[in-house]
Amino acid sequence: MLLKMNHIRKSFNGVDVLRDISLSVEQGEIVSIIGPSGSGKSTLLRCATMLETIDGGEIAYMGEKAVWVENEKPIFAKKDKMKEIRSCFGLVFQNFNLFPHYSVMQNITDAPIHVQKRKKDEVFEEARELLRKMGLSDKESAYPWQLSGGQCQRVAIARALALNPKILFFDEPTSALDPELTGEVLKVIRSLADLDITMVIVTHEMNFARDISDRVIFMDGGVIALEGSPEEVFGAEHVRMKEFLGRFHGK
Amino acid sequence: MSLIDIFQHLLPGIGKTIGIFVCTLVFSMPLGLIVAFGRMSKYFVLRNVVKIYISVMRGTPLMLQLMVVYFGPYFIFRIQISSSYRLYAVLIAFALNYAAYFAEIYRGGIESMPQGQYEAAQLLGYGKGQTFFKIILPQVMKRILPSVTNEVITLVKDTSLAFSIAYTEMFTMAKALASSQTSVLPFVAAGIFYYVFNLLVAVVMEKLEKKLSYYR
Repeated sequence: MLLKMNHIRKSFNGVDVLRDISLSVEQGEIVSIIGPSGSGKSTLLRCATMLETIDGGEIAYMGEKAVWVENEKPIFAKKDKMKEIRSCFGLVFQNFNLFPHYSVMQNITDAPIHVQKRKKDEVFEEARELLRKMGLSDKESAYPWQLSGGQCQRVAIARALALNPKILFFDEPTSALDPELTGEVLKVIRSLADLDITMVIVTHEMNFARDISDRVIFMDGGVIALEGSPEEVFGAEHVRMKEFLGRFHGK
Repeated sequence: MSLIDIFQHLLPGIGKTIGIFVCTLVFSMPLGLIVAFGRMSKYFVLRNVVKIYISVMRGTPLMLQLMVVYFGPYFIFRIQISSSYRLYAVLIAFALNYAAYFAEIYRGGIESMPQGQYEAAQLLGYGKGQTFFKIILPQVMKRILPSVTNEVITLVKDTSLAFSIAYTEMFTMAKALASSQTSVLPFVAAGIFYYVFNLLVAVVMEKLEKKLSYYR
């Protein structure tokens, strides 16, 4: 099991956002997380990527415990272990968070060179290959402000992939984009699916989630309300799910 | 005496003025960064000690601080001071004072950085030091450049305060020359010097801003 989250609890200022959530992701699996705003989807990703500390439960990557809770306090794995664990996941943010003072190429290559200490030539070669896949070969020396939102997000995806993560998380990758740009980003994510990369995607793009996922999770009120194949979840006779989908079709 | 003669007379003082200016920047800019860290520390005691330091430095006249630093060792501890201490007193007072102002400028810049930059850096595996020096600080520098320019221009003019402890920088000499020559021309020369110096500062800072305008 690549990722195992057990009985995760998280609250902000006394408000429970995640209530005893358990989630496992297997190698090569593509999992979509859908649900209304405020249901805890993004918080779940932020806990998985350790941007938030958990209040209860435990998270393990590849069978190695990364963080767990003892006496109400989160305990992290030892520093070396943590470094190893951190290197096995990547995250694509809703608002890209590219480094504005770095060119596209620097954004992609800086961490592999200065964090992973890999050889420059090799990293640059790989980065060019990634940019080609993203359809951005002509943008390697551009700066983020010169790019459209969709191009920025594709650079952000390339940046995450450059570190060769075992699992890639997407936190509403198209929510900051207009419909036209959304399409180009979704196309890129689809192409990754063909490459057999493990992905966990929080999204509001229902058709996309239905097409791409091996498994869909519907979250509501801080718990997993429904879980299963896309057919099972989207076809379920579940009141909250139908309400939620109704809102999308109503649009 | 013509203006040219006056400038020639003031030359040694001009050297000292530039000396104060350069040394103050060299000491106070890095010191300001350390002070800013103290100001943002999660430790209550440290944070508040630094807060008081900044408050005193900004809340009292630099001239008074110069006098305290210069006369303090003798008046408080009865330490005999040498004549070379005059320069050290100027540099200590200026560095401490300007570090407080720079610290607040840095803090404003650092706190204005979006959280997402830190999060992206963390996800990419950058350590705390790498994140600060590679990702945060360069962007902070660009953001605070206009405020820093302001401070540097003020510093050029503030160097004249060294006259209050009779350190013979340019303005002290100009004042003496004006008295002995009963002429206003030395003051005109001093004014021209400060103005041209600041013009130069403004040009350099504008160049720097242009250089950093390759990104937004």
